Amino acid sequence: MAHGHTVKRYTGLMDWITTVDHKKIGILYLLAGGFFFLIGGLEAILIRIQLWRPMNDFLSADMFNQMITMHGTTMIFLAAMPILFALMNAIVPLQIGARDVAFPFLNSLGFWTFLFGGVLLNISWFAGGAPNAGWTSYVPLASPLYSDTHGVDFYVIGLQISGIGTLIGGINFLVTIINMRAPGMSFMRMPMFTWAIFVTSALILFAFPALTVGLAALMFDRLFSANFFNPELGGNVVLWEHIFWIFGHPEVYILILPAFGIISEVIATFSRKRLFGYSSMVFATVLIGFLGFMVWAHHMFTTGLGPVANALFSIATMLIAVPTGIKIFNWIFTMWGGSITFNTANLFAIGFVPTFVMGGVTGVMLAAAPADYQYHDTYFVVAHFHYVIVGGLVLGIFAGLHYWWPKMFGKILNETLGKITFWTFFIGFHLTFFVQHFLGLMGMPRRIYQYLDGLGFNGMNLISTIGAMLMGVGTIVFLINIVTTAMRKEKLSADPWGDGRTLEWTIPSPPPEYNFLQTPLVRGYDALWKEKMDGNKTVTPAEPIGPIHMPSPSILPFFMGLGLFIGGLGFMYHQYIVGAAGLLIVFTCMTLRSLYDDHGYHIEVEELQKGVKA
Amino acid sequence: MSAHTHVDGQLPHEPEKATLEGRNKVLGFWLFLGGETVLFGTLFSVYLALRGQVLEGNPTANELFELPLVAFATFLLLTSSLTSVFAIQAMHRNNVKSLITWLIVTVALGLVFLGVEIYEFWHYVHEMGHGFTTSAFSSSFYTLVGFHGAHVLLGVVWISLLIGQVFKKGLNTVTAPKIYVAGLYWHFVDVVWVFIFTVVYLMGKVG
Repeated sequence: MAHGHTVKRYTGLMDWITTVDHKKIGILYLLAGGFFFLIGGLEAILIRIQLWRPMNDFLSADMFNQMITMHGTTMIFLAAMPILFALMNAIVPLQIGARDVAFPFLNSLGFWTFLFGGVLLNISWFAGGAPNAGWTSYVPLASPLYSDTHGVDFYVIGLQISGIGTLIGGINFLVTIINMRAPGMSFMRMPMFTWAIFVTSALILFAFPALTVGLAALMFDRLFSANFFNPELGGNVVLWEHIFWIFGHPEVYILILPAFGIISEVIATFSRKRLFGYSSMVFATVLIGFLGFMVWAHHMFTTGLGPVANALFSIATMLIAVPTGIKIFNWIFTMWGGSITFNTANLFAIGFVPTFVMGGVTGVMLAAAPADYQYHDTYFVVAHFHYVIVGGLVLGIFAGLHYWWPKMFGKILNETLGKITFWTFFIGFHLTFFVQHFLGLMGMPRRIYQYLDGLGFNGMNLISTIGAMLMGVGTIVFLINIVTTAMRKEKLSADPWGDGRTLEWTIPSPPPEYNFLQTPLVRGYDALWKEKMDGNKTVTPAEPIGPIHMPSPSILPFFMGLGLFIGGLGFMYHQYIVGAAGLLIVFTCMTLRSLYDDHGYHIEVEELQKGVKA
Repeated sequence: MSAHTHVDGQLPHEPEKATLEGRNKVLGFWLFLGGETVLFGTLFSVYLALRGQVLEGNPTANELFELPLVAFATFLLLTSSLTSVFAIQAMHRNNVKSLITWLIVTVALGLVFLGVEIYEFWHYVHEMGHGFTTSAFSSSFYTLVGFHGAHVLLGVVWISLLIGQVFKKGLNTVTAPKIYVAGLYWHFVDVVWVFIFTVVYLMGKVG
């Protein structure tokens, strides 16, 4: 930011540790999530190297189990969700014309608890072995009887801590979207990405507490010899499956709905057309969110819940195809007759559509309970969920990053490198996972570390491994693109694509810390596009220029995350004094926060006008 | 947006919702309670799934629970809900003295409740042989009721801190939302107890 202040401000590292600015927190989420994405990707490559030929012994059986567990856990909780949180933080307040989120302090707290939880989980590699009971951590495999290293302890405590951060973020964005919209921004004028985040946040709010209970119960079993999942003393192992999937299935929609939102923005912008069927899009998003809570037992068809339960969950699952289909058709109709720009962001968005349809079709196949007995625990399932998560979510994230990069960092990513990223990643992805459908149908079980020669698995596993390498190349090219773009000097306008439709494209790139000099007046859906069509250059302000109130930075969230980290480690190793000390840090910080009022500070008018001229 | 309005010393009618920060806090807290509902809902489900899992020779729910003691605890907690309502009403009348008094009564009732619960647990563990690790029933019982007890403890500490703040800073648009959401929290904890009384204790006696 170009202008100095008379109030207390930190610079350098301290600025990043103490920041409560949603745009900076977004960048922190992107850095941390990107880092974990690389770790999870490396784990995936190692898995594929182990499987490239029959009876390979590159990894031991136990190391392979640690790899698949950490690959799944890292990618979902520490890579995909944080990168989504990065985009939500960077963009949602701008899209609704807000100067900040509802709870800037909690926003920072959410980031630091996530980061410390993720670091705790990954420390397990150096502390006697990572979790090795699968990302679903089913009991009795994850019980103290069969899993006697500290691995699963790291899983339950690490996820518990980072889960706190996610829940806080969910509440924060619900309140932000409900209470902080600019004048005129009614619910049915909100951009599709904001709608998607709104529904996602509600899913987080109602799904994560179930995981909290499940993890706490497993932790009690492991650390304090409770008997929730110990059949010898009356415990019930199926109970874990229910709790995990009551959280776990909404989690799938927590991941994919924001991607749907991103795709809706990118396709509309680069087709230069209003999103087709906006209200049906909103309806479909809400309906998917609602149905997402009704289908958890389709992960448990082979558990033996009986034909009635299986039939009901089967039908509920197939129902989700209806709103999802609405969305697919809406995207196609948005492109229909539009003047389409095939840049990197839009290539990822267009590539998303058929890829996600393939994942959806195998989803309906899996939803047929009798057929699922055949597919269950084979590579068919692995292919299905990678088609929806990588082909859906990760392509969506790449589209969103290329689209909003200029808004977040003030520079457009290189198009040539971007297109290389797209083609290597896209082709690599399909090479890796398309063949896995057939491996699964031929009977190759998932989560095995070796397979015998002569079963007909060899060729397709080799293709899959080559594809994984290609995805790795795509990711490396993306990193090179980031570095070279960061070194380039460039000054962007507020609307670098020229076709911006929503409010984030009315303010400078990157935005000043207060976002909007004057709160905008929203006169319709696609607020900026509407003004452009009416012959105006930008949106009408809803207020005169006046001093802007800002929240003060704070170091407390960092220490609260650190306290939870220390406390978690203490309890895990039965060092109760250390555990109590960690919690004491957390509660002391909470007390300090409550006792000392944050009056914030004001950016005065003269300073604001200096900013405008600069 | 900022807190330092109302220089004339007059608080608005509902000081907890007078500022955007206050409205955010109240809405955010309602949403948080929605999440808490799922948390306790899951704990109740776990308890219901495991409550019959008692091993030979260990006390069953019917043998353990003594309704008079639990009824007394229920009476304490429900009364504290009433006194917290009096506190919020006093806040809306801008009567700081009455507000502090009713908050102190609320905290005191919460403390007695905790005392009763600690005695109850102590009695189960040391005289009835019903420890945390005895059976799946005992683990789920202590987890559900213990989670609630921890919520009461947190509420007691939190409201005590708020009493100190009101005493020092007075009632203004910063402190009012804090008291209001603490009141919401306290009601929520009481409602959970009503369900515990029904699902754990009453059903334990008849089922």
